[in-house]
Amino acid sequence: MKKKHLLFGLLASLLLALILSPFASRLPDGLERVAEDKGFLEKGEVKPIIPSPIPDYSWPGLKNEKLATSFAGMAGTLIVFGISYGIAALIKKK
Amino acid sequence: MHIPDGFLSPSTWVPAWLLSIGGMSYCLRRVARILKEKMVPLMGVTSAFIFAAQMLNFPIAGGTSGHLIGGVLAAVLLGPFAGAIVITTVLTVQCVVFQDGGLTALGANILNMSIVGTMGGYLIYLGLRKVIGGNRGIIAGVAVAAWASEVLAASGVAVELAISGTSPLRVALPAMAGVHMLLGLGEAIITCSIIGFVLKVRPDLIYQPPLPEAGQEEE
Repeated sequence: MKKKHLLFGLLASLLLALILSPFASRLPDGLERVAEDKGFLEKGEVKPIIPSPIPDYSWPGLKNEKLATSFAGMAGTLIVFGISYGIAALIKKK
Repeated sequence: MHIPDGFLSPSTWVPAWLLSIGGMSYCLRRVARILKEKMVPLMGVTSAFIFAAQMLNFPIAGGTSGHLIGGVLAAVLLGPFAGAIVITTVLTVQCVVFQDGGLTALGANILNMSIVGTMGGYLIYLGLRKVIGGNRGIIAGVAVAAWASEVLAASGVAVELAISGTSPLRVALPAMAGVHMLLGLGEAIITCSIIGFVLKVRPDLIYQPPLPEAGQEEE
């Protein structure tokens, strides 16, 4: 894969996270909708087992909600890129 | 359709964890055999894109939203095994870093989306691609497989909810499959647009399944 295309793909992903993610729909997703309709949504309201650094895709401490989502999205995009690239490179080395 | 903690009983999430660990170690071994140099950055970019795209919920009918899962997208670019690893990476980061999907339920989420959705979807894509042939076969295969991967993964969730005693199968299965038949249309449209774009600019990035014998491939 050429460097140019690699950068294009990564930049496009970061831009999606930066620009579009704050405007994503906040409506319940398919499973949440079913859980609400069928009356088992409250079963999922348990304390998380491990604390997450960026819960609910919102950068902690940022007052501006849209900015907090953008930052969280870009951070996640980079983290996932790094881990996936790392796993692939490790498999390749073996 | 990321299952949170609390929906599944230990009698469900423990076996789901074991199945997904077994499935992923099999995928890693298979990928090790076929991984080419150019696939390393492609795995990174594909998972980064899928993570970002999964944040973009779009509204559908009935006060519900959905987002791309990307399993078929990953498998069409990387093959079923690397595709499943990519989705598992995304799901794991979402769970650990962003509290999206429960830690106990992560095994089930991997089972539904990485294994049933991604690898099951890939089989459907491969079948249609072979029957129809050419780029049309790729696009038609992608459309049907992307739609079916949503419905298959959602049915997996319904089965796990039923085994857990959270919601009986006769309630959960039609409800989950029904909503995701609608959401699957979004999955199909988005996946087709991206694969169509890749076919135009970098057709070499589409994963070519290893041939059992020479002379069987249509292209």
